[in-house]
Order: sequence, then C-alpha cells, then structure tokens
Amino acid sequence: MAAFTLNVNGSAHTVDVSPDTPLLWAIRDNIGLTGTKFGCGMALCGACTVHLDGQPTRSCVTPVSAVGSKKVTTIEGLSPEGNHPVQQAWIAEDVPQCGYCQSGQIMSAAALLAKTPHPTDADIDAAMSGNICRCGTYQRIRAAIHRAAEKAGA
Amino acid sequence: MSTTGTVTRRDFLRAGTVAGAGLVIAIYLPGCSRRDAPAAAAGNAADPPFAPNAFLRIGADDSVTVLVGYSEMGQGVATSIPMLVAEELDADWSKVTMEFAPADKAYANPLFGAQGTGGSTAVRGAWKPMSMAGAAAREMLVAAAAATWGVDAASCSTKNGTVTHPSGKSLRYGQLVAKAATLPVPQAPTLKDPKNRWLVGTPRKRLDSPAKTNGVAKFGIDTRLPGMLVATVARCPVFGGKLVRFDDTKAKAVPGVKRVVPISSGVAILADGFWPAKQGRDALAVTWDEGATAGASSESISRELARAVHQKGAVARHDGAGEAALGRGRRVNAVYEVPFLAHATMEPMNCTADVRADGCDVWVPTQFQTKAQGTAAAITGLPPEKVKVHTTFLGGGFGRRSEADFVAEAVEASKAAGAPVKVVWTREDDIRHDFYRPATYNVLSASLGADGMPIAYSHHVAGPSIMSRVFPDSIRNGLDSTNVDGSADVAYDIPNFHVEYVRHEVGVPVGFWRSVGDSQNGFITESFIDELAHAAGKDPYEFRKALLAKAPRQRGVLDLAAQKAGWGTPLPAGRFRGIAMVDSYGSHVAEVAEISMGADQSVTVHRVVCAVDCGSVVNPLTIEAQMQSAIVYGLTAALYGEITISKGRVTQGNFDSYKMLRMSEMPLIEVHIVPSTEAPGGVGEPGLPPIAPAVANAVFAATGKRFRTLPIRLTVA
Repeated sequence: MAAFTLNVNGSAHTVDVSPDTPLLWAIRDNIGLTGTKFGCGMALCGACTVHLDGQPTRSCVTPVSAVGSKKVTTIEGLSPEGNHPVQQAWIAEDVPQCGYCQSGQIMSAAALLAKTPHPTDADIDAAMSGNICRCGTYQRIRAAIHRAAEKAGA
Repeated sequence: MSTTGTVTRRDFLRAGTVAGAGLVIAIYLPGCSRRDAPAAAAGNAADPPFAPNAFLRIGADDSVTVLVGYSEMGQGVATSIPMLVAEELDADWSKVTMEFAPADKAYANPLFGAQGTGGSTAVRGAWKPMSMAGAAAREMLVAAAAATWGVDAASCSTKNGTVTHPSGKSLRYGQLVAKAATLPVPQAPTLKDPKNRWLVGTPRKRLDSPAKTNGVAKFGIDTRLPGMLVATVARCPVFGGKLVRFDDTKAKAVPGVKRVVPISSGVAILADGFWPAKQGRDALAVTWDEGATAGASSESISRELARAVHQKGAVARHDGAGEAALGRGRRVNAVYEVPFLAHATMEPMNCTADVRADGCDVWVPTQFQTKAQGTAAAITGLPPEKVKVHTTFLGGGFGRRSEADFVAEAVEASKAAGAPVKVVWTREDDIRHDFYRPATYNVLSASLGADGMPIAYSHHVAGPSIMSRVFPDSIRNGLDSTNVDGSADVAYDIPNFHVEYVRHEVGVPVGFWRSVGDSQNGFITESFIDELAHAAGKDPYEFRKALLAKAPRQRGVLDLAAQKAGWGTPLPAGRFRGIAMVDSYGSHVAEVAEISMGADQSVTVHRVVCAVDCGSVVNPLTIEAQMQSAIVYGLTAALYGEITISKGRVTQGNFDSYKMLRMSEMPLIEVHIVPSTEAPGGVGEPGLPPIAPAVANAVFAATGKRFRTLPIRLTVA
C-alpha cells in the first residue's frame, strides 16, 4: 500500500492503495465517483474512459502509480452543470438506453471533438470503435457527435 | 428522476406530509389480495408494511411522481410507463418524474403474476392498470374542483395539470390534492377515446437521459453503504462442479482483504474494494470436484443433440397430415445448428446485500424482483416482507437479470460476514457463468408442389430446456414452448405442418436470452423458407407474400420493408439483399439487410430496413431505439456470437474472444412503424429475430452459399 495524490476534476484526492490498483477502482471505490464504469478490465470496451490531461484513457488498465500529476477528468467533471455540448447533444438525440456505457462514450466523444471539431464519419469510427454499446446506440451516438460539432461551429 | 432509484415507506409518508397531503392513488389489480385494494390516502396507517401501495403521487407543488414497478434496462419503461399515466391524468408532462417501486405484490406484472420485466411485456401489462391509475386520479381532481366551485363535474375539463370550468375558473392539480385525497377512488374510471390522446403515441425524449449523461444514474454496481465490503467469488470453472477445499493464506495476505468465506457457488473473497478482492481471488488456492460435465465439449454436445433429435419428442404443432405429407412433392431437407450464447450485459452481474437479524436489504439491478426477494428470504430465513428489494438502473438485462444467482451470492456473503457486501463479477465471470441461450440441433424437411409452393413442412428441435428449470409448471406434455417459439407459431399458410421438440440436457445451464426461442428459430425458419423459395425458383419476398395471404399484419410489414428497401430494384455492384419476417411477443417485424462481401470473405452489413407492427404505439422514439438495439444485438450474434465448451468449461472470457459489434461496423438502420390501433405488442425483443436470417439470406444471394450454422463464418474451410 502507498499513498497517491490524484488530481481528479480539479480536486486533490489522496488514496492509500497498492501501486498496481487501476485508476478506475481508485476513482470508484476510494474517491467515490461512480460515473466511470467497469466493463471488461482489459481496455476492450471503453466504459471506463476518463481524460488524462485531456487524452481519452482507459482507466481500468492505468495503474494509479502511472498517473502522477496528470489531471484526471471523469464524467462528473466534464462540465459543472452536465451541459457540455456533447452531453446536450446526447439528450437531444435521445441516445442513452441502459446508459451504462454512456459515460465512456461521452468522454471519448468529447476528446474527439476537442481535437477534431468537425469529425467525418470515418473520424467517428476511428475514435469511437473502442467503446462498446450492447444496447446498440451507435447510430444515435453518431448523430449526437455531428450535432455537437455543428453547434460548436455555429 | 429519483437518483436512489427506490422509495422507502418512510420517504413515502414524509413526501405526503411535506407536500401537504399529496394525492396518492393505488389501483386494484387482478390477482391482488384485498389488502392491495384501492386506497386513497397520504400516509394511511392501515397500509401493509413495505407497501407504498401506489402508482402515482401528486404533490401540492404540482409534481407528479409515477412509481414504476418494471425494471429499466434500456428499453424505456422509465419513460413509457409515466406516459401512460400522464396521458389519462392530463398531467403537465414537464412536471412528471418517476421512481422505481419496491418489491411488492402490488407491483406484480399482470402477465406474470409476479414482479418482473421480460418477454417484452412491460407496456402490454402496464397499459391498462397505469392508464386506470391516471384516469382515477383525474376523476378525483375534477370532483375536488367541482365541489370547490359548486358545479357539475361533467362541466369541468382538464389539460396540462389544470382543471378548468367554462365560467373561467381554473385550479392547478397541486391546489386540489388535499381535497381530492379525501374523496373515494373511482372503481371504474373512464379511459379516453384514443383519438383524444395528446401524449401516448407522440415522440417523447427519455426522462432518464440527464442522469445517464452526467454520471448521476445509479446502477447496481454503484451501490455504496457504510461499512460495506466488496466481494469477488471464485467459482468452479466447470458447470456443476463442487468446492473440495481451499487455502486462503495467500489471499488473506493481500492488503485490503478482510474475510474469505465459502458460499454455495464457491468461495467469496471480501475486501475493502474490488481490486483487493480480485487480487485476493487470484491468490486463493482452491480445489474443485469438476463433476460429470468435465468431459463435455462443443463437439460432444453437438453429437449428442444430433442423436437426440431423432428420438420421439413433444409435438408442438401438427396440422393436416403433418409429416405424412412430406412424400407428396419435391423434398427439401436441411440441418441447422445454433451455438450457446452469453448475454454480456455492459454492467457485469452484481448485487449488494445487507443481512441483519431483523431484516435484509438488497440493492440489485434485477429483472425479477419477486425472485430476488424470495431468494434472499430463503437464505436468511426471514419472511419475504422483511426483505426490501431496491431496484437500481440495470446496465443491460437481455434476460440475464431475470436470474437470482448473483443475489444469492451477495446475501450468503453478507450473512456470513455480518456486514453489507457488494458482490461484483468480472467480465470473465460474466461470460463463463451465464445461463446461456440454448444450443440446438434442428432437422427440417419440406415438400414443394408442382406450383413450387410448400405442401408440407416439418421441424424437429433438440436441445436443453429453459422452462424446466425456471418455470417447471409451464411444461405441458414435455413441451417447453420456448424451444419452438419461432418455429411452431409461424404464420405461413402451409396445409401440413409438424413441429416436435426433444429435450436433451447437456450440463450447460440455459436461460432467457433476448427474444429467447424466436432468436434462433427465427433464423432457422426464415433461412429454410428462403431455401424453399430458391428451390422453387421464386423471389424470396414474393414467395413469403404468397404464403401470408391470410395474415394481413405479417404481410403488411413484409410489404413495407420490401418497399422501403427498394426490393427488386438494382443495387450498386457488389451489394446484395436478404429479407426475413418473424412474429414474436405480439409484434410483427420484417427486415431487409443490404450487404457486401469483402475480399477476405467478411460480411459488411451496410443498411437494414426494418418495418414493425407493434399495435398501439406509446413512444415512437423508443420503438425506433429498440428496433435499432435488437438489430445490433442480433447482428452481433449472427456475425460473431458463439460460446464454445471445452473440458466442461467456457472457452471465451472477455470481449477479445467474445466479440461485439462496434461503431465502425454499424449499419444504417431505418425503422418504419405501421400505424395501428390494435392492442400493444412487445418492443424490446421483436426486432431481433429477423436480422440473422435477413443477413444470412443476403449472404446466400451474394455467394450462393447457405449458412445453416451461426455465427455466419465464411473463412475458407
């Protein structure tokens, strides 16, 4: 066990865990932010996606010891009021079904749009294919990303 | 939107008080005892324990809260059920929120006689009682206004949460709740003429989207309690195996591991978080007695089923001369085989239990509250009413969460530990300890007359039975209807028709998988019908159409899908179409898939046109979403889905070996809804069965190869 100080959503949190503990479980079990989800534990499904210094990152395979001083952003910290353009677009397009994967989908989409404000369908395929949705909301996710891009460009 | 997903009796009473005697409505449901009979009271002390006994709460602040007894697993009940109430209530839709109801027989699904969500029944079961709940409340509010004004109730009207009178008087519902709560509940409230509906049938955004986009929505796995331990469970990798012994020395040496306890399903490692619990499990030394299934493999199971299918089975359908007529025309024979499938809900199985001497609380993403409650009651020895089931959001259900194996684990572990315990499964646990869609072996035969149309048709199914374990009382003369759904109930007009089922257990547990028997028999039937069309030299769409002359709704969706897909019109080079139509859960769905073949023989599905007739529509946005969802789920199975068995255990473990359809493989899906005033049909499942045969039939059109096994695999043999 060792103490790690993590910068999560702008606040410092010290967690006392073994160094190999994935960031996902430090966020969920130690810090108590449960919006970031566990889906596979092997970076295969994207449900655990957070931003590390803005980069989409699978927190389930990122040990806390590797985070250092990087800024961790979770779904709870994406926007103070839950009104990030991607979140608004998700609601407007009625995207969620069961909703379990959507935190990860939104974090991946927000990172895509930060880098590529007007993504093509091929850009969306490339950026979003690491995020599995068993409810099959992909078509509405695609529409929501285009909607968020248009809004940002307007 | 409630973020806790539950309402306790105390909260309920407090809400009534704080809101200034809000109006609470309960409606008598067939099958409920007298104690569940209507009562209109805010905090009626005579109510039975744990029973808010209400579907609807209206506050003095005009808020309308609908208590939903069904599970929200993505299919949209958290929106569609409140819509049914709000329609008849003439509520202000912007003031309507929902809460999940506790486990109580007052919330039993009228189609099951128990509280559960499955078989695409929620809207079908809820339509009348929830409409009645809204209508009764509306009549009471109108009566309260009429009494206040000294006018005839019949002269009052309602809209947008307000009662108005032609004189110009108006009162909001919140202003009327105190008086309305003192009035008798109408026993037979009048429901609206459908043509006067303003909400039901219109596209409405989901009520749960905000909570599902900002991290607030609470799924079962998100449950956190003071003093709670998190557990993983080591289970025998072979189905039916038993624990022999374990050594927990190394497991207990993992920092954070608190207890190691044997439970019925294996050994539970209890820790102060998931990660130490998993590390502890990895360090556990355990010996299993692998039992009788240890020698089973997919190949041995297939051979067993291939032998079993020739035994005399339970007859599910016998029309005309049955198989005796097979000799009359040109014979077509085929063998179809489908594999086991896991559900792979995005949220792995989990449950949190707090077992105490005086009661037990269970927080669980469940499709079957009554079973969860009964399971906990049996383990603890408590009466069921001392077990409070808190239904959370479900991160997918697909039938998997109608089981209670994960509930039993949490309750046993909490009982042993004397502390609240959350059991969390890994993805590998989830894939390897599922109740799988049954693998089946199928022998089909048909004979075609001189005109090419079928004279006789037969289908023999061999496979394990779901209902024999889950609902044994439903078995009649050895027939499990779920094994023949999609084969015995087809609408095609064929005079001699025979379907038979041979039960054969192979040691692999089986359960409900989205659209159940229809998911596999839909593939088999609709592929074989396609074979018959080609054998007859007829167009697959025209062939089906001719067989559906007496089935207007089935023919309606077939025609609509064909028309919207441009069936018969030229396609770009390399594109091919396939069509299929399946009835299930009271709805009719036809789909046309448009595909191309890659140089590596991979299948790309570009477009799916779906036509659905699900009777009366509650929310078209939900129907579109559920058709898309079922198509993706079924397409994933058609292209990738296969659980294989080796040495009695599942070979696959995670999404690398049990592949899922991803964004880059997503076809464009168009959904066309047939306008209808018929009784509502199911929506969560019926979109699934036609997709595998539509794709397989398109692959045949492209390659001339008929795929009689799933997944569709074209790699060179």
